[in-house]
Amino acid sequence: MAMAWVWSGMVALSVVCGLFKGTIGAVGSAALEGAGAAVELCLGMAGVMCLWNGVMSVMKACGLLDGLCRLFRPLLGRLLPRASQDPDTLAALSGNVSANLLGLGNAATPLGVKAAQRMAAGTGGRATDELCRLVVLNTASIQLLPTTVAGVRAALGAESAFDILPAVWTASALSVAAGLLAAGIFSKIWRN
Amino acid sequence: MDYSAYLVPLLLAFVALFGLGKRVNVYEALTQGAQEGLTILTGILPSLVGLMTAVYMLRASGAMDLLGQLLAPALAALCIPPETVGLLFVRPVSGSGALAIGSELMAAYGPDSYIGRTAAVMLGSTETTFYTIAVYFGSAGIRKTRYAIPAALLADLAGFMSAAFAVRLFFGG
Repeated sequence: MAMAWVWSGMVALSVVCGLFKGTIGAVGSAALEGAGAAVELCLGMAGVMCLWNGVMSVMKACGLLDGLCRLFRPLLGRLLPRASQDPDTLAALSGNVSANLLGLGNAATPLGVKAAQRMAAGTGGRATDELCRLVVLNTASIQLLPTTVAGVRAALGAESAFDILPAVWTASALSVAAGLLAAGIFSKIWRN
Repeated sequence: MDYSAYLVPLLLAFVALFGLGKRVNVYEALTQGAQEGLTILTGILPSLVGLMTAVYMLRASGAMDLLGQLLAPALAALCIPPETVGLLFVRPVSGSGALAIGSELMAAYGPDSYIGRTAAVMLGSTETTFYTIAVYFGSAGIRKTRYAIPAALLADLAGFMSAAFAVRLFFGG
Protein backbone atom coordinates (compact mmCIF):
# COMPACT_ATOMS: atom_id res chain seq x y z
CA MET A 1 0.00 0.00 0.00
CA ALA A 2 2.93 2.32 0.70
CA MET A 3 3.90 2.26 -2.97
CA ALA A 4 0.38 3.29 -3.97
CA TRP A 5 0.86 6.52 -2.01
CA VAL A 6 4.38 7.08 -3.31
CA TRP A 7 3.38 6.52 -6.94
CA SER A 8 0.21 8.62 -6.73
CA GLY A 9 2.17 11.33 -4.93
CA MET A 10 4.76 11.43 -7.70
CA VAL A 11 2.11 11.69 -10.41
CA ALA A 12 0.11 14.34 -8.52
CA LEU A 13 3.24 16.38 -7.77
CA SER A 14 4.21 16.30 -11.46
CA VAL A 15 0.77 17.56 -12.48
CA VAL A 16 0.72 20.34 -9.86
CA CYS A 17 4.25 21.39 -10.75
CA GLY A 18 3.43 21.15 -14.47
CA LEU A 19 0.39 23.42 -14.09
CA PHE A 20 2.33 26.03 -12.09
CA LYS A 21 5.39 26.03 -14.31
CA GLY A 22 3.48 25.65 -17.58
CA THR A 23 5.21 22.38 -18.38
CA ILE A 24 2.03 20.27 -18.38
CA GLY A 25 2.34 19.49 -22.09
CA ALA A 26 5.80 18.07 -21.56
CA VAL A 27 4.57 16.06 -18.56
CA GLY A 28 2.02 14.27 -20.73
CA SER A 29 4.47 13.22 -23.40
CA ALA A 30 7.04 12.33 -20.73
CA ALA A 31 4.60 9.84 -19.18
CA LEU A 32 4.35 7.90 -22.43
CA GLU A 33 8.06 8.24 -23.04
CA GLY A 34 8.85 6.86 -19.58
CA ALA A 35 6.67 3.80 -20.04
CA GLY A 36 8.36 3.05 -23.35
CA ALA A 37 11.81 3.67 -21.87
CA ALA A 38 11.16 1.06 -19.16
CA VAL A 39 10.56 -1.65 -21.75
CA GLU A 40 13.53 -0.54 -23.86
CA LEU A 41 15.71 -0.59 -20.77
CA CYS A 42 14.65 -4.11 -19.80
CA LEU A 43 15.28 -5.39 -23.32
CA GLY A 44 18.60 -3.56 -23.49
CA MET A 45 19.87 -4.97 -20.21
CA ALA A 46 18.48 -8.48 -20.68
CA GLY A 47 21.58 -9.83 -22.45
CA VAL A 48 24.06 -8.56 -19.87
CA MET A 49 21.94 -9.63 -16.91
CA CYS A 50 21.27 -13.13 -18.23
CA LEU A 51 24.91 -13.67 -19.16
CA TRP A 52 26.29 -12.63 -15.76
CA ASN A 53 23.61 -14.43 -13.83
CA GLY A 54 24.72 -17.46 -15.81
CA VAL A 55 28.37 -16.89 -14.93
CA MET A 56 27.47 -16.55 -11.26
CA SER A 57 25.51 -19.77 -11.41
CA VAL A 58 28.55 -21.55 -12.94
CA MET A 59 30.70 -20.17 -10.10
CA LYS A 60 28.19 -21.51 -7.62
CA ALA A 61 28.20 -24.93 -9.31
CA CYS A 62 32.03 -24.94 -9.10
CA GLY A 63 31.86 -24.66 -5.31
CA LEU A 64 32.96 -21.04 -5.18
CA LEU A 65 30.12 -20.30 -2.77
CA ASP A 66 31.42 -22.90 -0.29
CA GLY A 67 34.96 -21.55 -0.67
CA LEU A 68 33.76 -18.04 0.10
CA CYS A 69 31.85 -19.35 3.12
CA ARG A 70 35.02 -20.83 4.60
CA LEU A 71 36.78 -17.53 3.93
CA PHE A 72 34.18 -15.52 5.83
CA ARG A 73 33.84 -17.71 8.91
CA PRO A 74 36.74 -16.18 10.89
CA LEU A 75 35.62 -12.66 10.00
CA LEU A 76 32.04 -13.35 11.11
CA GLY A 77 33.36 -14.88 14.32
CA ARG A 78 34.79 -11.48 15.22
CA LEU A 79 31.85 -9.43 13.95
CA LEU A 80 29.07 -11.57 15.47
CA PRO A 81 30.83 -13.58 18.18
CA ARG A 82 27.73 -14.83 20.03
CA ALA A 83 25.84 -15.97 16.94
CA SER A 84 28.98 -17.64 15.56
CA GLN A 85 29.19 -19.99 18.53
CA ASP A 86 26.29 -21.92 17.08
CA PRO A 87 27.56 -23.84 14.02
CA ASP A 88 24.21 -23.80 12.20
CA THR A 89 23.84 -20.06 12.61
CA LEU A 90 27.41 -19.52 11.48
CA ALA A 91 26.80 -21.66 8.37
CA ALA A 92 23.70 -19.63 7.50
CA LEU A 93 25.53 -16.35 8.14
CA SER A 94 28.54 -17.17 5.98
CA GLY A 95 26.22 -18.45 3.25
CA ASN A 96 24.27 -15.19 3.46
CA VAL A 97 27.35 -12.98 3.12
CA SER A 98 28.84 -15.12 0.32
CA ALA A 99 25.63 -15.24 -1.71
CA ASN A 100 25.27 -11.48 -1.35
CA LEU A 101 28.81 -11.05 -2.61
CA LEU A 102 28.01 -13.09 -5.71
CA GLY A 103 24.77 -11.17 -6.23
CA LEU A 104 22.61 -14.27 -5.63
CA GLY A 105 19.81 -12.43 -3.85
CA ASN A 106 17.45 -15.40 -4.06
CA ALA A 107 19.94 -17.55 -2.18
CA ALA A 108 21.09 -14.86 0.26
CA THR A 109 17.75 -13.84 1.75
CA PRO A 110 16.52 -17.25 3.03
CA LEU A 111 19.92 -17.90 4.63
CA GLY A 112 19.98 -14.47 6.25
CA VAL A 113 16.43 -14.91 7.50
CA LYS A 114 17.34 -18.30 8.96
CA ALA A 115 20.31 -16.76 10.78
CA ALA A 116 18.17 -13.88 12.04
CA GLN A 117 15.52 -16.27 13.35
CA ARG A 118 18.10 -18.31 15.26
CA MET A 119 19.73 -15.17 16.63
CA ALA A 120 16.35 -13.75 17.70
CA ALA A 121 15.46 -16.81 19.79
CA GLY A 122 15.05 -15.81 23.42
CA THR A 123 15.37 -12.07 22.85
CA GLY A 124 11.65 -11.39 23.35
CA GLY A 125 11.30 -9.46 20.12
CA ARG A 126 14.08 -6.99 20.91
CA ALA A 127 16.86 -6.45 18.35
CA THR A 128 20.18 -7.34 19.96
CA ASP A 129 23.39 -5.56 18.98
CA GLU A 130 24.34 -8.52 16.79
CA LEU A 131 20.98 -8.53 15.00
CA CYS A 132 21.40 -4.81 14.26
CA ARG A 133 24.86 -5.52 12.86
CA LEU A 134 23.47 -8.34 10.68
CA VAL A 135 20.90 -5.95 9.24
CA VAL A 136 23.56 -3.31 8.57
CA LEU A 137 25.65 -5.96 6.77
CA ASN A 138 22.67 -6.80 4.58
CA THR A 139 21.47 -3.26 3.86
CA ALA A 140 24.90 -2.19 2.63
CA SER A 141 25.06 -4.21 -0.55
CA ILE A 142 28.53 -5.67 -1.05
CA GLN A 143 28.63 -7.22 -4.51
CA LEU A 144 31.54 -8.44 -6.61
CA LEU A 145 29.69 -7.85 -9.88
CA PRO A 146 26.73 -5.45 -9.72
CA THR A 147 25.05 -7.06 -12.72
CA THR A 148 21.83 -5.02 -12.77
CA VAL A 149 23.65 -1.69 -12.85
CA ALA A 150 26.10 -3.01 -15.44
CA GLY A 151 23.10 -4.10 -17.49
CA VAL A 152 21.59 -0.60 -17.36
CA ARG A 153 24.92 0.93 -18.35
CA ALA A 154 25.27 -1.49 -21.27
CA ALA A 155 21.69 -0.81 -22.39
CA LEU A 156 22.42 2.93 -22.45
CA GLY A 157 25.57 2.52 -24.52
CA ALA A 158 28.30 2.92 -21.90
CA GLU A 159 31.82 2.47 -23.26
CA SER A 160 32.60 -0.24 -20.74
CA ALA A 161 29.74 -1.42 -18.55
CA PHE A 162 32.01 -2.75 -15.79
CA ASP A 163 34.50 0.12 -15.49
CA ILE A 164 32.65 1.33 -12.40
CA LEU A 165 33.61 -1.81 -10.42
CA PRO A 166 36.41 -0.34 -8.27
CA ALA A 167 34.24 2.68 -7.49
CA VAL A 168 31.33 0.41 -6.47
CA TRP A 169 33.59 -1.70 -4.24
CA THR A 170 35.08 1.39 -2.60
CA ALA A 171 31.67 2.93 -1.96
CA SER A 172 30.24 -0.36 -0.61
CA ALA A 173 33.18 -0.88 1.72
CA LEU A 174 32.96 2.68 3.08
CA SER A 175 29.20 2.30 3.49
CA VAL A 176 29.51 -0.93 5.50
CA ALA A 177 32.30 0.53 7.60
CA ALA A 178 30.20 3.61 8.38
CA GLY A 179 27.16 1.47 9.21
CA LEU A 180 29.11 -0.79 11.58
CA LEU A 181 30.77 2.22 13.19
CA ALA A 182 27.38 3.86 13.70
CA ALA A 183 26.00 0.60 15.13
CA GLY A 184 28.96 0.40 17.50
CA ILE A 185 28.41 3.94 18.77
CA PHE A 186 24.63 3.54 19.02
CA SER A 187 24.98 0.28 20.98
CA LYS A 188 26.74 2.26 23.73
CA ILE A 189 24.29 5.16 23.91
CA TRP A 190 20.91 3.62 22.92
CA ARG A 191 18.87 3.21 26.11
CA ASN A 192 16.11 0.63 25.64
CA MET B 1 44.96 1.10 -19.18
CA ASP B 2 41.46 -0.31 -19.23
CA TYR B 3 41.42 -3.29 -16.89
CA SER B 4 37.73 -3.95 -17.54
CA ALA B 5 38.57 -4.69 -21.18
CA TYR B 6 40.49 -7.72 -19.86
CA LEU B 7 38.12 -8.50 -17.01
CA VAL B 8 35.16 -9.68 -19.06
CA PRO B 9 36.84 -12.10 -21.53
CA LEU B 10 39.33 -13.42 -18.97
CA LEU B 11 36.66 -13.99 -16.34
CA LEU B 12 34.46 -15.83 -18.84
CA ALA B 13 37.34 -18.08 -19.95
CA PHE B 14 38.48 -18.67 -16.37
CA VAL B 15 35.03 -19.66 -15.14
CA ALA B 16 34.48 -21.97 -18.11
CA LEU B 17 37.83 -23.78 -17.78
CA PHE B 18 37.74 -23.89 -13.98
CA GLY B 19 34.27 -25.41 -14.15
CA LEU B 20 35.33 -28.01 -16.71
CA GLY B 21 38.29 -28.89 -14.48
CA LYS B 22 35.85 -29.50 -11.64
CA ARG B 23 33.67 -31.66 -13.91
CA VAL B 24 30.81 -29.18 -13.80
CA ASN B 25 28.38 -29.02 -16.72
CA VAL B 26 29.34 -25.42 -17.37
CA TYR B 27 26.94 -24.80 -20.22
CA GLU B 28 23.92 -26.12 -18.37
CA ALA B 29 24.74 -24.02 -15.30
CA LEU B 30 25.19 -20.97 -17.52
CA THR B 31 21.84 -21.33 -19.24
CA GLN B 32 20.12 -22.08 -15.94
CA GLY B 33 21.51 -18.85 -14.50
CA ALA B 34 20.49 -16.95 -17.62
CA GLN B 35 16.98 -18.29 -17.14
CA GLU B 36 17.01 -16.89 -13.60
CA GLY B 37 18.17 -13.55 -14.99
CA LEU B 38 15.19 -13.53 -17.30
CA THR B 39 12.87 -14.29 -14.36
CA ILE B 40 14.33 -11.33 -12.44
CA LEU B 41 13.78 -9.10 -15.46
CA THR B 42 10.17 -10.10 -16.05
CA GLY B 43 9.65 -9.55 -12.32
CA ILE B 44 10.85 -5.95 -12.40
CA LEU B 45 9.45 -4.95 -15.80
CA PRO B 46 5.87 -4.15 -14.65
CA SER B 47 6.94 -2.00 -11.70
CA LEU B 48 9.61 -0.36 -13.85
CA VAL B 49 6.94 0.68 -16.36
CA GLY B 50 4.88 2.28 -13.59
CA LEU B 51 7.79 3.97 -11.89
CA MET B 52 9.61 5.21 -14.97
CA THR B 53 6.35 6.80 -16.12
CA ALA B 54 6.17 8.70 -12.82
CA VAL B 55 9.89 9.57 -12.80
CA TYR B 56 9.82 10.92 -16.37
CA MET B 57 6.75 12.99 -15.44
CA LEU B 58 8.50 14.39 -12.35
CA ARG B 59 11.56 15.28 -14.39
CA ALA B 60 9.55 16.94 -17.20
CA SER B 61 7.39 18.93 -14.77
CA GLY B 62 10.47 20.50 -13.21
CA ALA B 63 9.67 19.12 -9.75
CA MET B 64 12.93 17.16 -9.60
CA ASP B 65 15.02 20.24 -10.36
CA LEU B 66 13.06 22.20 -7.78
CA LEU B 67 13.84 19.60 -5.11
CA GLY B 68 17.49 19.60 -6.15
CA GLN B 69 17.68 23.41 -5.91
CA LEU B 70 15.94 23.35 -2.55
CA LEU B 71 18.40 20.88 -1.07
CA ALA B 72 21.45 22.02 -3.05
CA PRO B 73 23.21 23.72 -0.09
CA ALA B 74 22.84 20.66 2.15
CA LEU B 75 23.89 18.29 -0.63
CA ALA B 76 26.88 20.47 -1.52
CA ALA B 77 28.03 20.29 2.10
CA LEU B 78 27.93 16.48 1.83
CA CYS B 79 29.66 16.55 -1.61
CA ILE B 80 26.64 14.81 -3.21
CA PRO B 81 25.68 16.12 -6.69
CA PRO B 82 22.20 17.75 -6.40
CA GLU B 83 21.05 16.03 -9.63
CA THR B 84 20.93 12.72 -7.74
CA VAL B 85 18.54 14.03 -5.06
CA GLY B 86 15.65 11.77 -6.15
CA LEU B 87 17.81 8.71 -5.71
CA LEU B 88 18.61 9.60 -2.09
CA PHE B 89 14.94 9.57 -1.11
CA VAL B 90 13.72 6.61 -3.14
CA ARG B 91 16.68 4.22 -2.79
CA PRO B 92 15.96 3.07 0.81
CA VAL B 93 12.25 2.58 0.06
CA SER B 94 11.92 1.03 -3.40
CA GLY B 95 14.46 -0.94 -5.40
CA SER B 96 12.72 -0.63 -8.76
CA GLY B 97 11.93 3.04 -8.04
CA ALA B 98 15.64 3.68 -7.53
CA LEU B 99 16.43 1.75 -10.71
CA ALA B 100 13.94 3.94 -12.57
CA ILE B 101 15.45 7.19 -11.26
CA GLY B 102 19.03 5.98 -11.69
CA SER B 103 18.56 4.84 -15.28
CA GLU B 104 16.75 8.08 -16.13
CA LEU B 105 19.77 9.99 -14.79
CA MET B 106 22.16 7.80 -16.79
CA ALA B 107 20.08 8.30 -19.93
CA ALA B 108 19.75 12.08 -19.44
CA TYR B 109 23.40 12.81 -18.58
CA GLY B 110 25.02 9.88 -20.38
CA PRO B 111 26.22 6.66 -18.74
CA ASP B 112 29.87 7.78 -18.88
CA SER B 113 29.27 11.25 -17.40
CA TYR B 114 30.07 12.15 -13.78
CA ILE B 115 26.37 12.20 -12.85
CA GLY B 116 25.65 8.98 -14.78
CA ARG B 117 28.52 7.12 -13.17
CA THR B 118 27.69 8.44 -9.70
CA ALA B 119 24.08 7.29 -10.07
CA ALA B 120 25.31 3.84 -11.16
CA VAL B 121 27.71 3.53 -8.23
CA MET B 122 25.01 4.71 -5.80
CA LEU B 123 22.69 1.99 -7.11
CA GLY B 124 25.42 -0.63 -6.92
CA SER B 125 26.62 0.14 -3.42
CA THR B 126 23.36 0.55 -1.48
CA GLU B 127 20.30 -1.60 -0.77
CA THR B 128 16.56 -1.19 -0.32
CA THR B 129 17.10 -0.62 3.40
CA PHE B 130 13.51 -0.54 4.70
CA TYR B 131 12.53 -3.60 2.69
CA THR B 132 15.56 -5.55 3.98
CA ILE B 133 14.88 -4.59 7.60
CA ALA B 134 11.21 -5.51 7.21
CA VAL B 135 12.07 -8.95 5.78
CA TYR B 136 14.74 -9.82 8.36
CA PHE B 137 13.12 -8.44 11.48
CA GLY B 138 9.62 -9.40 10.37
CA SER B 139 10.49 -13.05 9.88
CA ALA B 140 12.52 -13.15 13.10
CA GLY B 141 9.66 -11.63 15.12
CA ILE B 142 11.63 -8.54 16.15
CA ARG B 143 9.33 -5.67 17.16
CA LYS B 144 11.82 -3.44 18.97
CA THR B 145 14.21 -2.50 16.19
CA ARG B 146 16.27 -0.15 18.42
CA TYR B 147 18.99 1.58 16.40
CA ALA B 148 18.92 -0.75 13.34
CA ILE B 149 17.12 1.77 11.11
CA PRO B 150 19.24 4.86 11.92
CA ALA B 151 22.45 2.82 11.63
CA ALA B 152 21.39 1.35 8.27
CA LEU B 153 20.31 4.77 6.96
CA LEU B 154 23.65 6.25 8.02
CA ALA B 155 25.31 3.45 6.05
CA ASP B 156 23.20 4.47 3.04
CA LEU B 157 24.18 8.12 3.43
CA ALA B 158 27.83 7.11 3.66
CA GLY B 159 27.29 5.00 0.52
CA PHE B 160 25.90 8.00 -1.40
CA MET B 161 28.74 10.26 -0.30
CA SER B 162 31.37 7.64 -1.07
CA ALA B 163 29.80 6.94 -4.48
CA ALA B 164 30.36 10.53 -5.58
CA PHE B 165 33.80 10.50 -3.96
CA ALA B 166 34.83 7.20 -5.58
CA VAL B 167 33.73 8.34 -9.05
CA ARG B 168 35.81 11.51 -8.69
CA LEU B 169 38.71 9.39 -7.42
CA PHE B 170 38.69 6.84 -10.26
CA PHE B 171 37.44 8.95 -13.17
CA GLY B 172 38.25 12.54 -12.25
CA GLY B 173 35.62 15.21 -12.89
